[in-house]
Amino acid sequence: MLKILKYSFYDLMRSRWSYVYFLFYLLLGFVLLFLNNDVNKAVITLMNIIIVLTPLIGTIFGVMYYYNSREFTELLLAQPINRKKIFMGQFLGISISLTLSLVLGLGIPFMLYGLFKSTAIFNFGLLLVVGSFLNFIFVALSYNIALSTENKIKGFGYAILMWLFLAVIYDGVFLISLVMFDEYPLDKFSLIATMFNPIDLSRILILLKLDISALLGYTGAVFRKFFGTNLGMMLSMSILILWVLIPVVRMNLKLKNKDF
Amino acid sequence: MKKVTLFLLLFSVTFLYAKRIEVCKNCEILTIKKAMELAEDGDEIFIKKGIYKENDIEVNKAVTISGEKGTIIDGGFISGVLHITSDNFVLKNIKIINVGVSYTKDFAAVKVVKCKNFIIENIELNQIFFGILIEKSHYGKIIGNKLSSTAKDEANSGNGIHIWHSSNMIVDSNEVFGMRDGIYFEFVTESKIHNNRSHHNVRYGLHFMFSNNDTYYNNEFKNNGAGVAVMFSKFITMYQNKFLNNWGSASYGLLLKEIYDTQIYDNLFQENTIGIKGEGCTRINYKNNTFLRNGWAIKIAGACYTNVFEKNDFMHNSLDLAYNTKVNDNKFENNHWSEYTGYDLDKDGVGDIPYRPVKLFSYIVNRTPEALVLLRSLFVDIINFSEKVSPVFTPDDLMDKKPIMNKINDRF
Repeated sequence: MLKILKYSFYDLMRSRWSYVYFLFYLLLGFVLLFLNNDVNKAVITLMNIIIVLTPLIGTIFGVMYYYNSREFTELLLAQPINRKKIFMGQFLGISISLTLSLVLGLGIPFMLYGLFKSTAIFNFGLLLVVGSFLNFIFVALSYNIALSTENKIKGFGYAILMWLFLAVIYDGVFLISLVMFDEYPLDKFSLIATMFNPIDLSRILILLKLDISALLGYTGAVFRKFFGTNLGMMLSMSILILWVLIPVVRMNLKLKNKDF
Repeated sequence: MKKVTLFLLLFSVTFLYAKRIEVCKNCEILTIKKAMELAEDGDEIFIKKGIYKENDIEVNKAVTISGEKGTIIDGGFISGVLHITSDNFVLKNIKIINVGVSYTKDFAAVKVVKCKNFIIENIELNQIFFGILIEKSHYGKIIGNKLSSTAKDEANSGNGIHIWHSSNMIVDSNEVFGMRDGIYFEFVTESKIHNNRSHHNVRYGLHFMFSNNDTYYNNEFKNNGAGVAVMFSKFITMYQNKFLNNWGSASYGLLLKEIYDTQIYDNLFQENTIGIKGEGCTRINYKNNTFLRNGWAIKIAGACYTNVFEKNDFMHNSLDLAYNTKVNDNKFENNHWSEYTGYDLDKDGVGDIPYRPVKLFSYIVNRTPEALVLLRSLFVDIINFSEKVSPVFTPDDLMDKKPIMNKINDRF
């Protein structure tokens, strides 16, 4: 598996897109910090971008890599190597290279602008952790979609649709149901609803450390109690881990019966 | 010549008349109570350093009570300490500690009842129930005092500077922290509150009701449980105050309830959950204030008429404005909004298209507070944008027609 991982990783590292992605984050970090020297404020802006962009890039990279390296994968499959190892190697290769681009791309400018002296270091760290999770989750999800769809165009379509659903449509449905049922106590509902969407969960995790906590008011007491404590933090982190594990498990199940 | 001698005579008489009584551990007079008995109007009681365990000292003569560094009156958590009922007294340079807590009586370190022309200066109060409690008094000066306690909850704590039914008071350069309300005014008129620092109080930093014609300036209210509440008052002027870090689910930078004919200018509201909450406010001019990184910069509830928001800076607030009534004749004009995305083609510093401070999301959150969990979600940004392009839900006449492009106030 490590060999496959290494191969995929180097393959991606050599490709132009990894550099573009890395340079994009590098530039973003520098521009943000150049425009407002306030690290705290930059963290909020970054969050807005990371929450939307990392899932999108993860999805597209995952699907693209699967379809592009299909022939090579088939070649590998002909060798006496465990299928699981091949695909897990590829999955980890993509996720790790994307995460590296994200962490280095944002980390370098923030470090140069004196992050270690600022109080925002914890928030920034959380942001990177959450961003990395989103990378792993969305690469896994897109691999699932690609494995289940033979047709390349269809596969791309479904993957983008999945991203659109989780990033935008889900929140729309969520908001409408909140407004429709506003006569009922909704805090538990909204707590559970955020769990079912990794993007929402990451957003809330970061926002609770930033500006949302006090704004929630008495209605948000459940939220604050849940996410504000270490237990809630651990729990939501483990839910993020579940969000990685479940697609990975499903991927392996799918692999067992798949006919290449 | 005769006149001069007469004057000298009179002077020496008064000089002799105003005797100085010293209180100390080795003096003839060991207690302040004893000194009070011996004193007459115009005398000076000087308390040398040391700890005096005394309660309920009646001050009913126009005396000057002063101490030096290390003069401490210890109430021993029994009851109040000084109870003053005389006009023209002066109280200075004393430390009073350990005032008793009661659920039925207002035990205070310094209680002033029905007095005129007095000065309370440079007093340090620590571990107190009520600090300086003033009732039905006029023309008093409360200057440079430091009041603190370790209040945990509202029920068993008192207020720092509590003034009731008084007029023409000056509250200057005091520091109050760890009390229930830092400064509390009820039925206090024609008074000035300035240069005070009120922070880390359990409830309000400043709380006043039914207090007309008062001026508040250059005060700092920071980290108070519920910020500052101003209610049922008229003709108030508030300027150059700082309202900082009043952050919590029921916290306001400044809560205005039933306030009329008031000027609020040059203030800074930074990192409060709600910068200003207005309810039933009429004829208020908000001018040159800075709202920086608040949750809501301004929240307007019902029955507000003829308010003018002019030349304020709204910078990086999570939500600029929440508004749940009709626009009425309230006006927003020439403010700077950091969220403004318009342009200024003729370069006159004024944006060419109007700014709508109420976003659709802020409207939804007003109706369904739980929706706030979707703050900063992509979907919310999209609906905000579409609402901005063609307003359907938000009041379409609520806008700043001439938003200023650059920051207006650089005081802070």
